[in-house]
Amino acid sequence: MSDLKTVHLALPAATADLRQLEIGSVAYLSGRLFTGREGVYKRAVEDGLGMPADKDALGTANFHCSPAASIAPDGSYKVGAVTATASFRFAKWLGGFFKLSGCNVIIGKGGMTSETYRQFFVPNNAIYLTTVGYGTGALLGRGIKRVAGVYWLEELGLAQAVWVLDVENFGPFLVESDLDGNSLFERENKKIVPGLEKLYAGTQPATLRRYGETDDKTEEVI
Amino acid sequence: MIPLSSIQHTAEDLMAKAAIEIPEDYLAGLRRCANTEKGDLSAFVIKAMLENYEAAKEDRRAMCGDTGLPRWYVKIGNEARLDGGPVALEAALRRATARATANVPLRPNRVHPLWRTDHNNNVGIGAPEIEYAFHPDADWIELTTVHKGGLFGTDYRMLFPGDGLDGIKRFYLDTLIGFGKRGLACQPAIVGIGLGGSKDTSVVLGKQASCLRVVGSRHPDPRIAALEEEFKELGNSIGMGAMGFVGSSMVIDCHIEVGYCHTGGMPMSVHMFCLSSRRACARISADGKAAFRTDPMWFTDYMRRETVEWERQAAEAAE
Repeated sequence: MSDLKTVHLALPAATADLRQLEIGSVAYLSGRLFTGREGVYKRAVEDGLGMPADKDALGTANFHCSPAASIAPDGSYKVGAVTATASFRFAKWLGGFFKLSGCNVIIGKGGMTSETYRQFFVPNNAIYLTTVGYGTGALLGRGIKRVAGVYWLEELGLAQAVWVLDVENFGPFLVESDLDGNSLFERENKKIVPGLEKLYAGTQPATLRRYGETDDKTEEVI
Repeated sequence: MIPLSSIQHTAEDLMAKAAIEIPEDYLAGLRRCANTEKGDLSAFVIKAMLENYEAAKEDRRAMCGDTGLPRWYVKIGNEARLDGGPVALEAALRRATARATANVPLRPNRVHPLWRTDHNNNVGIGAPEIEYAFHPDADWIELTTVHKGGLFGTDYRMLFPGDGLDGIKRFYLDTLIGFGKRGLACQPAIVGIGLGGSKDTSVVLGKQASCLRVVGSRHPDPRIAALEEEFKELGNSIGMGAMGFVGSSMVIDCHIEVGYCHTGGMPMSVHMFCLSSRRACARISADGKAAFRTDPMWFTDYMRRETVEWERQAAEAAE
């Protein structure tokens, strides 16, 4: 579908396999992963409850998302689309989360900063995959073969619960960070920033300033 | 009398259509981006999205896992009579929202802001939002649902007349660049700009400009229409494409709506309706029959009127 390099990664991922990944490659996943977002991170790390199950039950790939899904009265699951939520909000819990979960693949939206990668990902031999779009929810939904379990449903609700998913050719994703902590987004930002100044040429900053305001276009809001 | 059952069934159908079927006008706009995008990563993203829309329609599943904050825009003809009145109408829309959340399924995104309570049905305090407008000489009701994500791509700022068009341009660029990095805004987007009104009106107008006007539509004021064109080009010349990768696909279209504001101010809002620009609309006639479409036709001459009285004949004669 494009000239980009495409890789297929089996989960749980071996460090040797992760070492082969280059930022900007397209990745598809097969195996087990689990969803987790703010509710899960807070409960597991901050509230000190730990993970709801062991590594074999959950897998070691964490997807920052919750599916568009419902549970029928007979207990069966109906999973429709699934896409990620922006990951930068979870950086503050990552140190504890890697220890508790043993994860080495984090999947989400928009990545994190290379500073976060170096601080938390690199020591744990972990990489980050970003969803594409964003919003390839239907394509990703097709890759889900089975809901292997749902944890903390009562405590967190459908949209925040831990969904354990067995997937096949689940993708596409883009490799956003490698084992050295390089970031694809930051590489792209560096290419774009030099062209920004000319767009603003001749204009003056707004009359009324705002707290925390910056005029440095190399900065990000995350 | 428009039957209540017809309103509820139509509303449920609209919820599914919005979640699953990308509107033709947005799709055509994205295909144009696909033809012109030179950035390899940005082009890959657009191709993947085009495949995703097909998969959603084939499987009848939501196109995006974040099914947004479902909400309603209701336009009521002046001669329309609703079975059960406006209270019954609101109940039907809340019921349709809850039922579609389980049946499509949609993600139950709506929670209490403090206690994070989730009713698992996208219904709660003030949810779904229902906004109303009216139309003269009509006996129908029109329902539009919009499913828009709720976290990134929107900003508000109080500018002043002295900031001028340059100030508007700066804030537009700031918003696109700030939320465009890493693709937080899920661009290329339909960008809506609200100018004027009270602070809250400016935000409402901008949201409606992005969500309720179709790609290719232009404001009837030719000077505003020219600004829309200029801002579309400006956005696509940032050097940024889908997901914030190097490219040119940032703005599918730009829509500006205005309202009269305080003489000392110039409030402005910017909104970005994303790669899953989900909207669906239907007109229900007096006999209860529904005609579906994707153009809400929300902004009319009547909606944008600036005179004390509304007299269509006089307005047309003056033009």
